[in-house]
Amino acid sequence: MQALQQYIDLYKEHHEVIDKHSARVLNALRPEALRCIESCELPTTKHEDYQHTDLVAMYAPDYGLNITRIELPTQPQEAFRCDVPNLSTQLYFLVGDNFYRNNRNKELPDGVLVGSLRDMAEAHPELVARCYGKIADMSKDVTVALNTLLAQDGFFLYIPKGVVLDKPIQLVNIIGGGVSMMHNRRILVVAEEGAQAKLLVCDHSEEDGITQLISQVTEIWAGKGAVVDYYSLEENATCVQRISSTYVHQEADSNVLVNGITLRNGTTRDNYHIALEGEGAEAQLCGMAIADGDKRVDVYTHIDHSKAHCNSNELFKYVLDDNAIGSFAGRILVREGSQKTEAYQSNKNLCASTTAHMYTKPQLEIYADDVKCSHGATVGQLDQQALFYMRTRGISESEARMLLQFAFMSDVIENVRLDALKDRLRQLVEKRFRGELSQCQQCAMRTQKQ
Amino acid sequence: MLQIKDLHANINGKEILKGINLTVRPGEVHAIMGPNGSGKSTLSSVLTGNPAYEVTQGSVEFYGKDLLALSPEDRSHEGLFLSFQYPVEIPGVSMVNFMRAAINELRKYRGEEPMSATEFLKLMREKRAIVELDNKLASRSVNEGFSGGEKKRNEIFQMAMLEPRLSILDETDSGLDIDALRIVAEGVNKLKNENNATIVITHYQRLLDYIAPDYVHVLYKGRIVKSGGPELALELEEKGYDWIKKELGEI
Repeated sequence: MQALQQYIDLYKEHHEVIDKHSARVLNALRPEALRCIESCELPTTKHEDYQHTDLVAMYAPDYGLNITRIELPTQPQEAFRCDVPNLSTQLYFLVGDNFYRNNRNKELPDGVLVGSLRDMAEAHPELVARCYGKIADMSKDVTVALNTLLAQDGFFLYIPKGVVLDKPIQLVNIIGGGVSMMHNRRILVVAEEGAQAKLLVCDHSEEDGITQLISQVTEIWAGKGAVVDYYSLEENATCVQRISSTYVHQEADSNVLVNGITLRNGTTRDNYHIALEGEGAEAQLCGMAIADGDKRVDVYTHIDHSKAHCNSNELFKYVLDDNAIGSFAGRILVREGSQKTEAYQSNKNLCASTTAHMYTKPQLEIYADDVKCSHGATVGQLDQQALFYMRTRGISESEARMLLQFAFMSDVIENVRLDALKDRLRQLVEKRFRGELSQCQQCAMRTQKQ
Repeated sequence: MLQIKDLHANINGKEILKGINLTVRPGEVHAIMGPNGSGKSTLSSVLTGNPAYEVTQGSVEFYGKDLLALSPEDRSHEGLFLSFQYPVEIPGVSMVNFMRAAINELRKYRGEEPMSATEFLKLMREKRAIVELDNKLASRSVNEGFSGGEKKRNEIFQMAMLEPRLSILDETDSGLDIDALRIVAEGVNKLKNENNATIVITHYQRLLDYIAPDYVHVLYKGRIVKSGGPELALELEEKGYDWIKKELGEI
């Protein structure tokens, strides 16, 4: 309880300041969030869903919070040049958990809203209130409740009915500044009927030896027939702890792709909840994690089929080296009456060292009788025969291992529906396996210190 | 170029090679024949450095170097090539990337610059023609979904790319129809010159009709029990291995 209590105390003592620097729509949920937190505890590693992530240890440090919203002295545009080749994006920044209000923004189709969640909640309260906190269920996850209690800003994307956003939207989260902080971010995406958008969220932090805690809650509303791509790319320093929860609500005939990629991290816990709540909805959930050293990647997924004629396809792959620990728990729930559901899940993992550990737990829970569902999970080593074959052709063992590991990840990259991002990912993944990359090479991002 | 002396090797503690002696000089073609389980494939695995096998005794010199002390990749860089009996499928690794990695590592070993993309593609095109390998295969994953014949042609294509000094063809004829056999054999013959050598491991005389050996050796129970000229292969075809076993006093 100690770990949580400090944040409860902080809120009680400073709630006026927190509210003052946020928006009414966000503030409105805080009392309820407080009730949720006070009525429960952080799950320990004895809890079935948290065996491999020690939440108590994650939240225990006395992190600073930027509740008065001091603008960190950063020029992200000057510092950050993540130019995915041929991918021209609308670029936005969150510095810590503070939206960076840049003025260089570009022309967007009529009615599209992109920007600070706090500003948007003040300007369009009904629009934000309709979905904010409605897709993520804080009564079931204390980390979501805590995020709701403390989050003051974040990112909001709204695409009106029938509007197709051609250009992908890119949100870059920059962590740095040399102070140990807790960052409570909130992302809300609302795609109305027939709307289409692609959002790429990148996490970047410098290897500066300072412990940071990121708490991110993403909510995505996909209206009838909407098409949404959500890519999340983590490239964080080893001392960054991250807990991120992504909640997707899908109406009939909507199509949502979620791809979570962990290239570099410290300790990561990613939760994905996808609710297919209209007939004909389709979800693709995939992800990959590359972890070495003492890194930890723990993914929990939950796909909820509550209507008939919905499809879901899930694919997660891990490559673990050194002492890395990976964990995947994937649950698919097919509720009564969800006939003609097709739900597939696959989790494949490579342990490249004898000391890496992978825990995988596929779960199917089916209450309908006319469905097609499958799950598969494998943990293996690199194919020794293939390795030898390549070596007889003069390819060094390290190069051969790299090629095989890269090949292993290729189908997750193939699932990306943005060609330029696909190319960029190939480069990033290859460099990651070659160990050439301590930071995204193109990004000379720096948090300028005064 | 190659001098094998009293070579003994085990797999999982079981002795398979029990004292092999063989000398190969540039320009020569040696055929190694023998019944199933005599150690033919073990010999090729040991020479190329398959970590599953343990050498317990003997020595192998390749151009004066201790071959057994080299890693599999350095054996390749020194000019040793094995055409696998069962080429390995590598899903997700394209033939182009695979070959480019192989060529560039060889060049690095020789202290040369990596090959440019244009040069490399030109080389691929040129060498593909030798074994009539389809361009489509070259853009696919290594051996994945290749037919038996395509896999063997792909082996010879790789041999053409790497231009080894000594090639070991391990049952390259198995699983080939007549046309594929001819294409593979012609490919091997085109690559032959006075500076390189070939060891052909086979069960049948058929392949030797196309690739004419200078020497034929019979491997039996881990030893070379008989060596001779091309006529030995014909004799084996006619009489089978029982004749050898009789000579050894086993029957």
